[in-house]
Amino acid sequence: MGAQSQAIAAQMVTANRLLDGATVYLTAGNGWSERFVDGALWNDKDSADSALKASDAAVAARIVVGPYLIEVATTGEGPLPTSAKERIRADHKPTFAPEVGSWTGRISD
Amino acid sequence: MALFQHGALQPNNWRFVGDDAAIPADGPVTVSLKRWQSEGETLRGRNEAVGVRLKNDESPLSLGQVDLHRLAVIEVEFPKFTDGRAFSQARVLRDKLGYTGELRAIGTILRDQYFYMTRCGIDSVELPEGKPIDGYLAALKEFSAWYQPASDGRVTVLELRHAANANKKGGAALLSETVAAHSI
Amino acid sequence: MYRYDEFDATIVQERVQQFRGQVARRLAGELTEEQFRPLRLKNGLYLQLHAYMLRVAVPYGVLSSKQMRKLAFIARRYDRGFGHFTTRQNIQYNWPQLSEAADILEHLAEVEMHAIQTSGNCIRNVTADQFAGVAADEIEDPRIWGEIIRQWSTFHPEFSYLPRKFKIAVTGAPDDRAAVRVHDIGIRIVKNDAGEIGFEVLVGGGLGRTPIIGVVCRKFLPKQHLLSYLEAILRVYNLLGRRDNIYKARIKILVQATGGEKFAAMVEEEWEKIKDGPLYLPQAEIERIHSYFAPPAYETLPDNEPAFETAKLEHPDFARWARANTVRHRVPGYIIATVSLKPESGAPGDASADQMDLMADLADAFSLNEVRVTHHQNIVFPNLRKRDLYALWQRLKPVKLATPNLGFISDIIACPGLDYCSLANARSIPVAQRLSRHFSDPRKLEEVGELRLNISGCINACGHHHVGHIGILGVDKQGQEFYQVTLGGSSKDDASLGKIVGAAFSEDDIVPAIDTIVETYLANRTGRDERFLDTYRRIGIDPFKEALYGPVPARRPAAE
Repeated sequence: MGAQSQAIAAQMVTANRLLDGATVYLTAGNGWSERFVDGALWNDKDSADSALKASDAAVAARIVVGPYLIEVATTGEGPLPTSAKERIRADHKPTFAPEVGSWTGRISD
Repeated sequence: MALFQHGALQPNNWRFVGDDAAIPADGPVTVSLKRWQSEGETLRGRNEAVGVRLKNDESPLSLGQVDLHRLAVIEVEFPKFTDGRAFSQARVLRDKLGYTGELRAIGTILRDQYFYMTRCGIDSVELPEGKPIDGYLAALKEFSAWYQPASDGRVTVLELRHAANANKKGGAALLSETVAAHSI
Repeated sequence: MYRYDEFDATIVQERVQQFRGQVARRLAGELTEEQFRPLRLKNGLYLQLHAYMLRVAVPYGVLSSKQMRKLAFIARRYDRGFGHFTTRQNIQYNWPQLSEAADILEHLAEVEMHAIQTSGNCIRNVTADQFAGVAADEIEDPRIWGEIIRQWSTFHPEFSYLPRKFKIAVTGAPDDRAAVRVHDIGIRIVKNDAGEIGFEVLVGGGLGRTPIIGVVCRKFLPKQHLLSYLEAILRVYNLLGRRDNIYKARIKILVQATGGEKFAAMVEEEWEKIKDGPLYLPQAEIERIHSYFAPPAYETLPDNEPAFETAKLEHPDFARWARANTVRHRVPGYIIATVSLKPESGAPGDASADQMDLMADLADAFSLNEVRVTHHQNIVFPNLRKRDLYALWQRLKPVKLATPNLGFISDIIACPGLDYCSLANARSIPVAQRLSRHFSDPRKLEEVGELRLNISGCINACGHHHVGHIGILGVDKQGQEFYQVTLGGSSKDDASLGKIVGAAFSEDDIVPAIDTIVETYLANRTGRDERFLDTYRRIGIDPFKEALYGPVPARRPAAE
C-alpha cells in the first residue's frame, strides 16, 4: 500500500460472538467488546500472535468463534481498520440505509 | 479402538496390518486392497478372519464376487467427517455387489452421521475405547420416517403412503407395484 | 400447491428437534465449531460479516399467503423487519441469533417450511420456472418434478457429504426461465418425436470462479426414471468429485476433466444397474404429486376485459406497469403480474415485513392465495383476473411495490455483497442503488428495453453476473473497490457467458461506464425491437470498448 502514510500499522484481535454472531474485539482486559475503540492494539508481531493464541480460551469457553488478526492504522482520526471489510464490520451494519427505497410504514386498512 | 456394533461398544480384536509389515500368526487382520489382491491366498491360508480396508479413492468393484464371501469385514474410511465417499462405497458394496459381511466405518465421524451410515449399509463403527455411545443410540431414534430407498431395507414414506392408499381404495395393484419396484 | 401429509410434517419437525439438540451440544462444548459448522449449514445457518444469516427454503419458488405472513412474522420478531429474496428463489434473514435459530425453524415448520439443506455440501433447494403451471408456453408443470426431487434429496443418506454444494433446476417450457444451463443438473421437460413427455438432462453447468454451460448428459429420459438417473449422476460425483481443493470440487470440474461423453457413459453404466430398482417412480406416485398441482377452478372469462382496457386508457402509469410487468396467462381472462422488488434506491430483492404482509393479503384477495419467488429476486402473482389488475396495482403503488421495471436495466439482480457477506471483495448494493437512481425515468427504461444487469460482489458470482446482458463483478484492487464489466451473457435457452470488456472501473466511474454502454447500444441498434443482447451479438464488443476506453488497435485475423 505504497502511499506515504502518517499511519502506523498495528494489529487487533477480532471475532464473532457465538450466541448472536456480533462482531467483537479483544480488549486489554481480555474481554470482548462490540466497540472497535475498545479493542487492544498490538504494535509488534509477537504480542499480536500471543494475543491471538490466548483467545483460544474464549473459543473453548464458547464466547467467540473464529478469532483473527486485523490491521489497524493510526490515522488523524484515531485508529481505523485498514481494510474496507473491517471498517464495515466495525460499524455493525451495512453502509447504506436499508429504509431508502423500501417502504416500512404501517399499512392501514 | 473399540467397535460400536449391535447397539453396544464391543471389544475389538481386529488389527490393520500395513503393506510392509509381517502378518501375525494369529488374530483377525485387515489389509489394504493391494495386499489382498497380491497375497489373498496366504491370508486365507491362515484360517483366521480376514478383511480389507478400502481407501476412499479405491473402487469397491475391484473386489470380485469371489472375494466378497471370503471377507469377514470390509472397512470404509472417513479421513475427515466431511468426506462422504464411503457412503457411496458402502452402497455399491451392498446393492451392486451383494456383500453381506460386516461393513465397518473407520476414521473421524460424528454421531450425527451415524443414521445415514446405517441407511447406507454400514453396520459397525470403530470408536475410541470408552467413548460414550448414548449419542449414537439416540441418533438412530432422531427420525421415524425417510423418503428415499437406500441399502437398509427400511420401509420408506413412499411405500407407507401407497400401502395406506391401497387399503382405502382396495388398490392391491398399487401395493404390489410398490413391492415389485422395491425388489433389488 | 403441495401440502404436507403426516410424513412430511414429521420429518420436518424431527429435523427441528435434531437441530435443537445440536445447538445445545454446541453451547455445552460437546461440539467444536469445526464439527458444528457443517451441521448448522445443512440447516441454512451461515455466519457472516455482522451476524448469522438464515436461508429459508422456498421449494421451486412457491409460497402460500399463509407462509408469506409467517415470513413477515419472523422478520419482525427475530430479525430487523426485512427479508431478502435470493437468486435461488429462497429468502434470507440477515440478523438471526444462534440461540433463537431452532425457534425460528419451529415457527417455519408450523406452515410447512424449513431451512433444510439450503447450505452445505449437499443437494440444495430445487428451483423452477416462476410461471410454472400458468405460463402459456408450458409443456408440463415443472413443480411436480421439483417436489419429487425435493423429497428424494431431503436427508439423502448417501449424498449429504458431497465434495461441494449441488444445485438442480427444472424448466417446463422451451423458454427457459430457470437458468437450467448453469446448474449442476439442469432438467428440461421435452416432448420426443412420439409425443411422449420426458426430460433432457444437462449436467455440469455453473457460475462462480469457473463459469461453464452445462452439457447434455441424456437427450431423452422417460419420466419414471428421473430419480434413478439423478441418483446415478450423484453417485458418480460423490465418488469421483475432487476433495482436495474446494475451488475444483463442483461437478462441472469433474465433467470437464472427464469429458462430457465419457461422463455420460459413466452415468449410464451406473444407471443401468439401478434403473429398475426401488427408485423407479410408480405411475401412482407421479399422479399423486401431480394432483397437488392441478389447476385451480378458473372462471370462464372473456380474454378481452373491458374494465382492464379502460383502466389502462385512463391511467397511463397503470398502463405502463401492465406493459412492463405482466405476461400472458394460459387461461383467457387471467394474467400473471410480477412485483418488482427493485424500487428506486432500494436494495434489490429486499422486502419489509409490512410489504410481505400486504403481498399476502393481495394474494388472498386476487391471486388464489399464492405467490412465487423468481430467481431475479422478484415476486409473482400467478393467478390474477384481468379485471382485478388495476385494483391490485392501486394497493401496490403506495408501498413502493409497483415499480414498472421488470426486465429493464433497473431490475437489477445483486448479491448482498460486502455490506453483509464475509466472502465479498466489494459492495454491490450501493452500486445497484446508484444505478437505479440513474435509470429511474420509466420512459427511458422503456426506450432502452430488455436489459438484464447482474452484480456480484466477488468471484463466487451469487449475483449471476456471468449470465447478465451486462454483468458487474466487484474486485479488490489494493484495498479499493473496483468493478469489472462483462457483456453478452444469457441464462436462457441461448445461454452464453459474458465477456470482460476491459479494465475495471472505480466506484465513481462505474455508473458513467454503464451509461456509456447503454448509449452505445442505442446508437447502434437497428431499431427499438433489437434488444441490447442482440445488438451486442451482432456488432461485437469493440464498439463498446471504444466508447469506454478509446480506439481499439487493429487486430490480426488469427486472434479472437
